Amino acid sequence: MLGRFGAGLAVALALALPAVADEPVTSFTLDNGLNVVVIEDHRAPVVVQMIWYRVGAADEPPGHSGIAHFLEHLMFKGTEKVAPNAFSGIVEAQGGDDNAFTSWDYTAYFQRIAADRLDLVMEMEADRMRNLRLTEEDVLTERQVILEERAQRTDSDPGSLLMEQMRAAQFLNTPYGIPVIGWRHEIVDLSREDALSYYKRFYAPNNATLVIAGDVTPDEVKTLAEKYYGPLKPSEGIVPRVRPQEPPQLAERRLVLEDERVSEPYVYRSYLAPERDPGNQREAAALTVLAELLGGNGQTSVLARALQFDTQTAVFSSAYYDGTSIDDATFGLVVMPVQGVSLAEAEAAMDKVLADFLKTGPDPAALERIRTQVRAGEIYDRDDVESLANRYGQELSVGLTMTDIDTWDEALSAVTAEDVMAVAHKVLDRKNAVTGWLTRPATEEEAQP
Amino acid sequence: MIRAVFAAALLLAAPVRAEIAIQEVTSPGGIKAWLVEDHNIPFTALEIQFRGGSSLEAPEKRGVVNLMAATLEEGAGEMDSKAFAEARDALAAGISFSSGADSVGVSAKFLTENRDQVVELMRAALVTPRFDQEAVDRVRGQVLSNLRANEKDPGTIASEKFDALAFGDHPYATTADGTTETVTKLTRDDVVAAHKAALARDRVFVAASGDITAEELGKLLDRLLGELPATGAPQPGDAPWLLPPGVTVVDFPTPQSTVFFGEQGIPRDDPDFFPAFLLNEVIGGGRFTARLMTEVREKRGLTYGIGTYIVNMDHADMLLGHFSASNDKVAEAIKVVKEEWGRLVTEGVTPEELEATKTYLTGSYPLRFDGNGPIASILVGMQMDGMPIDYVTTRNARIEAVTMEDIQRVAARLFKPEALQFVVVGQPEGM
Repeated sequence: MLGRFGAGLAVALALALPAVADEPVTSFTLDNGLNVVVIEDHRAPVVVQMIWYRVGAADEPPGHSGIAHFLEHLMFKGTEKVAPNAFSGIVEAQGGDDNAFTSWDYTAYFQRIAADRLDLVMEMEADRMRNLRLTEEDVLTERQVILEERAQRTDSDPGSLLMEQMRAAQFLNTPYGIPVIGWRHEIVDLSREDALSYYKRFYAPNNATLVIAGDVTPDEVKTLAEKYYGPLKPSEGIVPRVRPQEPPQLAERRLVLEDERVSEPYVYRSYLAPERDPGNQREAAALTVLAELLGGNGQTSVLARALQFDTQTAVFSSAYYDGTSIDDATFGLVVMPVQGVSLAEAEAAMDKVLADFLKTGPDPAALERIRTQVRAGEIYDRDDVESLANRYGQELSVGLTMTDIDTWDEALSAVTAEDVMAVAHKVLDRKNAVTGWLTRPATEEEAQP
Repeated sequence: MIRAVFAAALLLAAPVRAEIAIQEVTSPGGIKAWLVEDHNIPFTALEIQFRGGSSLEAPEKRGVVNLMAATLEEGAGEMDSKAFAEARDALAAGISFSSGADSVGVSAKFLTENRDQVVELMRAALVTPRFDQEAVDRVRGQVLSNLRANEKDPGTIASEKFDALAFGDHPYATTADGTTETVTKLTRDDVVAAHKAALARDRVFVAASGDITAEELGKLLDRLLGELPATGAPQPGDAPWLLPPGVTVVDFPTPQSTVFFGEQGIPRDDPDFFPAFLLNEVIGGGRFTARLMTEVREKRGLTYGIGTYIVNMDHADMLLGHFSASNDKVAEAIKVVKEEWGRLVTEGVTPEELEATKTYLTGSYPLRFDGNGPIASILVGMQMDGMPIDYVTTRNARIEAVTMEDIQRVAARLFKPEALQFVVVGQPEGM
């Protein structure tokens, strides 16, 4: 089996089947509200610092899409203590690497560096939480950079454009319909004032989680965190993230994106689906297992068997679900037909597979293999402390608790065939879905009736 | 200005040592491997590489090694494709096969409790793959689909054009995936022959990291690889270097141009390799503060990202770079790249820049060895590059030893603005 998609879509399709480790994980909260999580791994003299702000593209003021991501770029511009554009250079001169990323529910910054230099990067990260300095020139040049980023990641890739259109169609009312990078016509007007007012309100210790992972002890982290982050004042602008919610979806939504750059047409189906909730992860766990059963494996999953082995309908098929979000999530399916099979035929074949699955239910052996992999994942994950740090940061940032995180594997292992069928019947309904076709502009001979 | 605080910290930083102990293991049957024993977590990461990939192919069989490697997991011995995948998943093992221009690779991880069964599964895939006609045809369909997608992917179009310009009739001149024409005609017999040609004991490199002893690894190697043929197909000769300087535009309907650029590089065993490595890091390495990132992105906002790379293949050495820029900005970006290339030769590198680059490279090196998976992968790469087993402990000293004179000499030898070729895929303005 060959991998099919480039990085962009591969990320979207990656299955959320992580497993938490029996690693020493400690957490505490500073007086100013900063949550701190420490994940110990003393095998190598390395440490990762991540700061997660509980704010993202879904918290942007209307008409200013992209400001969360734009600010992420501008956070490298400097403070009173750090000269303009010097932040990364200081980390790099210590042999470290740094970067940042933005999603709908969070914005995160990280450095990876020798453990004895945690002191330095902690001082720098705490400094830019409240003391960012921006010049008009910095803002204008960086805005060109994010326009180039949008051109590279989205506008140059028909698959990304389809995803963007599908999310916009899926979310009528929650802000998840807005692209993280922003709409081009709004990015061009983002200003220094937009960035600073967003920064001042949301970048504060009481709106952040600090995750330190690697060759450190909780005591060391506590001392350093109190020294550097402790003096920072909390923001008074932090309120619970109660966002507009989706109305009931009453009608199926469909769209066709034609682009002459498309080589391999495909069908993408996205269903509105429940997310993980604090204290209640049962449905999300069942949906995670459902995605794995339907499309998680190129040789054994239900879609692959039916469309790639029993019939030669598809060259590729997959299913995905990631319930780690504050508001409604999506459950997705993709089928790329073989040459000679139309998108209409591919979609009909996909729907028939789903209808059959809803009658017969999962193969008990397949369910058991997934449970085995969940248990093994707990061991493998201990080898990659950075991805564990990522997981704690992300999940805490969407409001899940340490207990939710630590019991997620149990929730996955406890999923029964009945649980899977209950969520399948609930979610896999075309009235609840957006179906997108990615295709080339039809020539006259190819035109479908 | 407390900026001085951070500047002072720079001076205090002493390089960290990579704290891993590498053993050389020789199996009773004579197969060698490098091992890092670490019993903290009950699993092992195992990396195997066979030297020679699509480089072994005849012109009319292009893509056969790729098709062969992609079909290895599609059934072995008594197991068909589904049975193999079910067995692997029931053991919670990771087993993946890959191939490229210079090698075929196997990457595996397995829990200690399942080690013997997983090795048996891997042995079946490597030694007795089925290559069922149904599986070959199905995977061929995926390859052909990828090839069609590549024809519409600006990055792939650019790199393929670059290789075609550089390598004449050497296998490197065409993609390892093959062409629609050659892949369509490949037969099961071709796949079986490619398996015999590529997977042999005379070209295998192995590294393991994790919960396994030297003795256990030795036995494992004989069981896993002992039945492979002793020798495989001969390796090809060195590729010619025919890259003309200039700019080549490939028209493609997209708002942003994708650019591949480069010139001839420097061999991994050349005495000037480390100065060249430092120079590449200064101009286009993986840091935000590299010169091209500063000039093209930070100061001018012409791109989202730009990088350069020293690429050492078995039969060719390249100095490559790439970036994307909007059609109306790409001409200016190319001009800046050429100017920076020239400035490296005329102005060289400042002592401060050299020092900062050394601290970055020496300081970041130990951070790579942060798990069984990464360690096994690095160790197999070091063996293929012909590095001694103590390389991990001497590598930073080789970087520290580079002088300003070395930098000056190698900049003039390697960086030739007039030799650069830029392949531009898009609809660039003013070019």
